Amino acid sequence: MAKLRQCAIYGKGGIGKSTTTQNLVAALAESGKKVMIVGCDPKADSTRLILHSKAQTTVMHLAAEAGSVEDLELEDVLSVGFGGVKCVESGGPEPGVGCAGRGVITAINFLEEEGAYDEDLDFVFYDVLGDVVCGGFAMPIRENKAQEIYIVCSGEMMAMYAANNISKGIVKYANSGGVRLAGLICNSRNTDREDELIMALAARLGTTMIHFVPRDNAVQHAEIRRMTVIEYDPKHKQADEYRQLASKIVNNTNFVIPTPIEMEELEELLMEFGIMEAEDESVVGKTAAELAA
Amino acid sequence: MSTMTREETEALIAEVLEVYPDKAKKDRTKHLAANDVSVEQSKKCITSNRKSLPGVMTIRGCAYAGSKGVVWGPIKDMIHISHGPVGCGQYSRAGRRNYYVGTTGVDTFGTMNFTSDFQEKDIVFGGDKKLAKLIEEIEQLFPLHKGISVQSECPIGLIGDDIESVSKKAAAAIDKPVVPVRCEGFRGVSQSLGHHIANDAIRDWVLDKRDGQPYESTPYDVAIIGDYNIGGDAWATRILLEEMGLRVVAQWSGDGTLAEMMNTPKVKLNLLHCYRSMNYISRHMEEKYGIPYLEYNFFGPTKIIESCRKIAAFFDDTVKEKTEAMIARYQVMMDEIIAKYKPRLQGKKVMLYVGGLRPRHVIGAYEDLGMEVIGTGYEFAHNDDYDRTIKEMGDATLLYDDVTGFELEEFVKRLKPDMVGSGIKEKYIFQKMGIPLRQMHSWDYSGPYHGYDGFAIFARDMDIALSNPTFKNLTPPWKKVAEEEVKKAA
Repeated sequence: MAKLRQCAIYGKGGIGKSTTTQNLVAALAESGKKVMIVGCDPKADSTRLILHSKAQTTVMHLAAEAGSVEDLELEDVLSVGFGGVKCVESGGPEPGVGCAGRGVITAINFLEEEGAYDEDLDFVFYDVLGDVVCGGFAMPIRENKAQEIYIVCSGEMMAMYAANNISKGIVKYANSGGVRLAGLICNSRNTDREDELIMALAARLGTTMIHFVPRDNAVQHAEIRRMTVIEYDPKHKQADEYRQLASKIVNNTNFVIPTPIEMEELEELLMEFGIMEAEDESVVGKTAAELAA
Repeated sequence: MSTMTREETEALIAEVLEVYPDKAKKDRTKHLAANDVSVEQSKKCITSNRKSLPGVMTIRGCAYAGSKGVVWGPIKDMIHISHGPVGCGQYSRAGRRNYYVGTTGVDTFGTMNFTSDFQEKDIVFGGDKKLAKLIEEIEQLFPLHKGISVQSECPIGLIGDDIESVSKKAAAAIDKPVVPVRCEGFRGVSQSLGHHIANDAIRDWVLDKRDGQPYESTPYDVAIIGDYNIGGDAWATRILLEEMGLRVVAQWSGDGTLAEMMNTPKVKLNLLHCYRSMNYISRHMEEKYGIPYLEYNFFGPTKIIESCRKIAAFFDDTVKEKTEAMIARYQVMMDEIIAKYKPRLQGKKVMLYVGGLRPRHVIGAYEDLGMEVIGTGYEFAHNDDYDRTIKEMGDATLLYDDVTGFELEEFVKRLKPDMVGSGIKEKYIFQKMGIPLRQMHSWDYSGPYHGYDGFAIFARDMDIALSNPTFKNLTPPWKKVAEEEVKKAA
């Protein structure tokens, strides 16, 4: 049996982490791998395409009903979907109340204690909320958890800022534990020279763009049916893209401590690719009236 | 008269700090001083109200302790919810001996613990609903309570529960005040910020509730502010004020009630004992209602007489006459006490390390017994406290702010006081060193110490401690043998 590989998927909110993760996991499952997805987002939308459900009942909601997590059994929270993929959602509060970060910590501790990471598994994927706003959302990359981080990004400015910031977070934990940056996944938004730009960013961060996932409506068609492309239309060329991503991840050995770049360097890169224009320092802090004068 | 010169005291400080690393030494130097009676502002000689250094064994508390434990806790007819996990409330329950009258669990709740007992799910999903439910259940089970305060423990501030909106809704539903207090323990550097936060909550949620309502007042209405009725202190205080012809409308907050707090804006004068914990609300009443406040000290006959005359000066001649008559009447009793104890206690030296007001307020009482305070300091004072302390202490005596375990032990070893007045955390350390210690937070489960009645007990307790033969017999037998052998050899 191969050693269990634990991977965490990070990236800016709305970039397509959950969709990419589930399609990737479906491709891995199709190739015979035993995979588990742990959704670490109070929205609980990390497993819907695998389970064909609206939102899986989460660890934290079940715990709240039962009284505490100690009252739960593993089978209460674990659902099995397409290709035998095991699914868990940590869950958490409505926006604006409580502490979602603590929910992630509680749920992951519960999974560990209950032995969810059994020996048959090949991969665990943590699909984490966009912004690592507090310690709770860094839980998946702490000691003995995910060792490989994949950052989903696109050729948009904010997505790249986020990728750089996440790399800074990885450096913090890389020095104390074994977590490494394993690559950027470009989820295309059809911006100009997007692949070159992400490759350039990856190089600066000390990693590679592991795969360029082109934009294709097949993903949305499948999503409407709460399915992955792999399951909905296995012959579609987009399904092959995810299969390629999956095989690249299976064979990936390029795990690095990232070298996040300074803001100026990132801005230079963006200017080089025409995403950002050079700042005109003379207009900073001037009102419209002042500029007209 | 201090036994040490300024140079000697300064040398002592430098010597004790010698073992610290440079950074700690630099910081701690600012918190230690030889008293200089010539300066007006203590900031010229001592720094206070700063963050304690890690590793120094400070005995400070937290903001929750300041609000729940000190200011709000003693309001006896209210229920104070410790909102958060169970420990903060459970281990502070009935911790201070705030005496009160009433039937616990029926119309008074002083020694009980009410908590929302947070579980993991309450952290994750928020505790607002649980708080609302808790208030509802309190109303059903304890219908005679007069109001509720919500004392925030740390997690409340972290997860951002909206206790204000829950409180407002619940207050409307039960038609009683529900007061949210944001006294999360991590705020501020000590319990002092908790006092301030608690004062502000009283200002915002309680004090103006009876504004404009009819009230039958007299020209002699006063309120006692900042007396926590430890061992019955407020009762001993009240007796004197009433004998002076004053009407004590409210006691804050020992044996106090919500109604008393609401009536306080109607008084003519606020009498402020613990300046540190309740100066905020006193200043507010001065600004908003034009009620002056007067700091007083009811420890020992000298300060009692001084304070009573200062208070009487604010009122008409009848009060002044009654005050003089009272002073004369008690003088006999005071003379007897001093005649009995002074010969036994004369010349004994004391070092103090306490909280809000006692490091300066009890100095006079010791001096009445012929004793001398050779070092004093506060856990959580600000510089206005030290301003007031400078004048009470002898020149070149030792002042220590937020003193560390090491420093206090060393100072005591070098200055060799006859007794130490401090708290439970210090008690056994010094007693094992062979030095009597009286707890000056809890009066060592004795009291009251305020007022004339209190002075009788204070004098007796100090004599009990100092004349206790135990401390002469502290050397264990095996060490005695060693000593004898040394003598023989010599």
